[in-house]
Amino acid sequence: MGEVIVVTSGKGGVGKTTTTANVGMGLSMLNKKVVLVDTDIGLRNLDVVLGLENRIVYNLVDIVEGNCKLAQALIKDKDNNNLFLIAAAQQRDKNAVNEEQMVKLTEELKKKFDYVIVDCPAGIEQGFKNAIAGASKAIVVTTPEVSAVRDADRIIGLLEANEMKEVQLIVNRLRPDMVKRGDMMSADDVVDVLAVNLLGIVPDDEEVVVATNRGEPLAGNTKTMAGQAYMNICRRLTGEQVSFLDLDSKKGFFSRLFGK
Amino acid sequence: MKFTDFFKKKSSGETAKDRLKMVLVSDRTNCSPEIMEKIRSDILEVLSKYAEVDKEALELKITNVETDDKGTERPALYANIPIRNIHHTAK
Repeated sequence: MGEVIVVTSGKGGVGKTTTTANVGMGLSMLNKKVVLVDTDIGLRNLDVVLGLENRIVYNLVDIVEGNCKLAQALIKDKDNNNLFLIAAAQQRDKNAVNEEQMVKLTEELKKKFDYVIVDCPAGIEQGFKNAIAGASKAIVVTTPEVSAVRDADRIIGLLEANEMKEVQLIVNRLRPDMVKRGDMMSADDVVDVLAVNLLGIVPDDEEVVVATNRGEPLAGNTKTMAGQAYMNICRRLTGEQVSFLDLDSKKGFFSRLFGK
Repeated sequence: MKFTDFFKKKSSGETAKDRLKMVLVSDRTNCSPEIMEKIRSDILEVLSKYAEVDKEALELKITNVETDDKGTERPALYANIPIRNIHHTAK
């Protein structure tokens, strides 16, 4: 029986979809069978991040409305036989699907896949409720900015109120140079404020933009910092103990030399 | 405090963290300005039975306090109420 994980954030634009794509890619490279579900109905994007936009025939709404069989809406990744996508409908809205339908769908997918990863839309309305309905674990994505962390806190509160069993944090787009000179909160600062377990730190990396341009997620690309960070996150998800990349050291040369 | 801290003012990263902590306290307690105003007037009403209170100088805020040695923080209602005169008999 597989695990259902929702990727959420509250605030838009912090990297939910990029995280979903890369975690999916990374897990499938670890020989796990993975399906990604885009629940951002009306504003779908996971298909383009994965480079699968030209292969969509049926989508999430088609499944729940019975227009197709589940297998017909599973789009296989270009390079990876273990990775599949269920795209969101683009011409409908969030209310086209409800929580019970999502629970039923994820129950079905759990039987066939090791990981069911649900990409949640921004906001706290119906789309959010749908996305979390069938999940037993949540990954909250934030950037080290006041606005994103505030929304992450709100989301964590809502996840707890909905009895989410496990909540873990990814601090995305961290700039180690800015942390070093004190102009950005470190991952430790964010964890301290939110009081939640840290799943991973992804450094700000131009290569993420390049990868999205091409529609080829960079998880597992060891030449890039972000690719390594995503792979470490995937290993942690499978239960492996992996130490964090040393990115957020606040200590300068002299304080390193003389200790604290 | 680090030795080097004496020479620099608070960094923007630290400011961000402090501001976040403050805003999250009020977000988490879900306490709107209207409710704070009601609490304020109710406290004044009760206290005025027993004492003459400086209404203008009354300070009321929700803040974090450490509840034990481990540094666990809980929100607390903080009130600073200057008393002008205590009535000897309740009104």
